[in-house]
Amino acid sequence: MSNDESIRTGFYVCHCGHNISDVVDCTAVARYASTLAGVMVSRDYKYMCSSPGQELIRQDILEHKLNRVVVASCSPLLHEHTFRNAVAAGGLNPFLFQMVNIREHDAWVHADRAAATAKAQALVSAAIRRVALHKPLQATRAPIHPDVLVVGGGIAGIHAALTLANAGKKVYLVERQPSIGGHMAQFDKTFPTLDCAACILTPKMSAVRSHKNIVLWTYSEVAKVDGYVGNYTVTVRRKARYVDENLCVGCQECIDACVFKVPKFPDPFNLGMSMQKPIYIPFPQAVPQAAVIDPDRCIQLKTGKCKKTCVEACADRKAINLNQKEQLLEIKVGSIITATGFKLFDAKRLPEYGYGRYPDVMTTIELERLVSSSGPTGGELRLRSGKPPTAVGFILCVGSRDMRTNRWCSRTCCMHSMKLAQIVRERTGAQVTVFYIDIRAPGKGYEEFYDRSLQQGVQFVRGRVAEVSDCALSPDEAGKLVIRVEDTLAGFVRRVPLDLVVLAVGMEPQADAQEMRRILNMSCSAEGWFLEKHPKMAPVSTFTDGVFIAGCCQGPKDIPDSIAQAGAAAAEALALIDAGGIDQEPNTAYIRGEECSGCKSCISLCPYAAISFDAEKQKAVINPALCKGCGTCVASCPSGSIGQNLFEDQEVFEEINGVLDYV
Amino acid sequence: MSDMNWQPRIVAFFCSWCTYTAADLAGVSRFRYAPNVRIIRLMCSGRIDPQFVLCALADGADGVLIGGCHPGDCHYAEGNFKTFRRYRMILRLLADMGVAGDRVRLEWISASEGERVKTVINEMVERIRALGPLDIPGRFAACDSEILESADAIRLPQCKETHDVVPEVVHG
Ligand code: FES
Repeated sequence: MSNDESIRTGFYVCHCGHNISDVVDCTAVARYASTLAGVMVSRDYKYMCSSPGQELIRQDILEHKLNRVVVASCSPLLHEHTFRNAVAAGGLNPFLFQMVNIREHDAWVHADRAAATAKAQALVSAAIRRVALHKPLQATRAPIHPDVLVVGGGIAGIHAALTLANAGKKVYLVERQPSIGGHMAQFDKTFPTLDCAACILTPKMSAVRSHKNIVLWTYSEVAKVDGYVGNYTVTVRRKARYVDENLCVGCQECIDACVFKVPKFPDPFNLGMSMQKPIYIPFPQAVPQAAVIDPDRCIQLKTGKCKKTCVEACADRKAINLNQKEQLLEIKVGSIITATGFKLFDAKRLPEYGYGRYPDVMTTIELERLVSSSGPTGGELRLRSGKPPTAVGFILCVGSRDMRTNRWCSRTCCMHSMKLAQIVRERTGAQVTVFYIDIRAPGKGYEEFYDRSLQQGVQFVRGRVAEVSDCALSPDEAGKLVIRVEDTLAGFVRRVPLDLVVLAVGMEPQADAQEMRRILNMSCSAEGWFLEKHPKMAPVSTFTDGVFIAGCCQGPKDIPDSIAQAGAAAAEALALIDAGGIDQEPNTAYIRGEECSGCKSCISLCPYAAISFDAEKQKAVINPALCKGCGTCVASCPSGSIGQNLFEDQEVFEEINGVLDYV
Repeated sequence: MSDMNWQPRIVAFFCSWCTYTAADLAGVSRFRYAPNVRIIRLMCSGRIDPQFVLCALADGADGVLIGGCHPGDCHYAEGNFKTFRRYRMILRLLADMGVAGDRVRLEWISASEGERVKTVINEMVERIRALGPLDIPGRFAACDSEILESADAIRLPQCKETHDVVPEVVHG
């Protein structure tokens, strides 16, 4: 024991209802702990994290003059904070505490009661030995820069940015497309209310543009993030748009004047179902209302040999700047909200559905554009032959709930398809059949929406479609697309002739999600969605403090859920900013001056340049404000003269000894 | 230690950000794995001093498992590269000491790879089971008593004549 005061440890083992006690014999653990050196009180209790549980700790500290506390319960990543606060409430330094994980690392992963109890005891022994060496520590408080960066200008990013801006915070909204709006901007109507998507989205988009607290950078990407919670330095790459968005008034005269008389390049907003020119405005409601020039298509930018009729047409406004260069801008923010969205499953990956082969097999998003009044056909639904459809089929779960592609449910496709099914019936009177595995309509008003689809005469056939083909086996199949499906309710294989097949493609993580994850130091789930800190208790936080997630980058969700999550992320960022600072784990490394031999081997190891060399004293010095507490230097010091608060060598050695104590 | 009841004892050092979190996820997902591994949390795998590994083996562990974030994903940018270098060194050290290198294993396991924690731990336990007990404390003890015995053997004839102080055998 390091100091003169004698160690008086209180030990508590939590049953966690039955979660722990079903597998670990908690009474035996408490009995065992009571035999260990320094343990004055040893208790087991149903719920240590509850207020009576915490109160128990506080009372015992006072009554038994405890100077160390150990709690064996769930993961420290979940409740270390809770118990440190309880310890502090008893008047003890919160770092004279150690937590033992006997739920996630023991009770939940083992079935053998004896082995699990022995493991719990070994882990408890480690913690009790370790805690005796703990020193009182002080958490340092890092200030929080009040500005926030929101990455992604879809509905989630827009909502988060507006919420923060309305609360008076300065927000940088960075969107990689030339306009904000995201996927929602492509929708015609939204379920279950069937209200016009543009009518609810575009006012928010213009509010972003005009908000005095929002700096909107479209056609821009986050290139680099340095720093830590409260103090991030972000480099944003602003791609050259070749049009000054502050000078452009969106009059489109340049587009009319372009030397390409007719648009001939596929327009991504309409998924290539309409054409655009090299200079274009992404879609009619785009924000900012400013033209963009595609450098791969503009003759001037490619060859330097164009008449530059666009510049002429722009005339005095002088908005077009063909010499514009990509810019790297550096900003300082305290927190970051990631709302980078999703990408749609590529239907070509399932060749049996004939997407890309049969012109009248399309995806839900293509149909969405076709029925939209601002779409390529002005909202008129026509087959590629020009005729109106008479029989339309929707195939659900394309690239979702499928072991061959993606296992997850994309959550929106049932509702999305039923919405389109209703619209198609309403507009064309065509017969509509939905081929489904299960209809998932769990939201508010969603089941009613399903009922409404049934009332409107939409047919539902339960079964995963085997193939879509154009080979007719009977006269009524001639010239049609034929779906072959096992109707699992009727119990036989059907052939259904249709003239339009719509594939309800699922959601996938963005192609560059991994890159983004690295830039922001986040984690991804195995599927590639950004990982929340806790699926229930911290659904918009990440493992990196000050970085929050919202919308579909965290997993498939619909518009209401994306907005709710965006609001939550904004609230978390606000809480952080308004707290004025954040307590940082005091796990910094320090040099024991007398022992340092001045070999400098630690200096180059530090990724944060926190170690410098005091030439006069010939010793290394660690700046605690820069040290992040990884401990790499500690492990490598040849003379063992670097210590790390909370993770001292001796503490770890005691733990090693402890876990090897067999009981 | 009687071989009948012997069970592999493995000490694991996991970084808090990835592998420890993955082990939490394994718990949340209720993946069942062998109960022979004791996990010690460190902030980064870069904190793992080779002494920790040696100490664990010297104190009776039959194997040591090191877990960190995938290369490029370390929460502290590059701690795990240092770990990797040290791991190579530890393997050489173990080889010199006559300890089978596969008693110490390094694995990169990200926060989302709960299932991998299960697989790696189960594999590790099986591997150590196949290798049998390492029992360094037992070997030290055996070594000590051997020295004691030979000390006795040396002492007996010599001590008859003189009544010199017998050199004390220091216990390891
Ligand atoms: S934090 Fe996981 S290896 Fe560094």
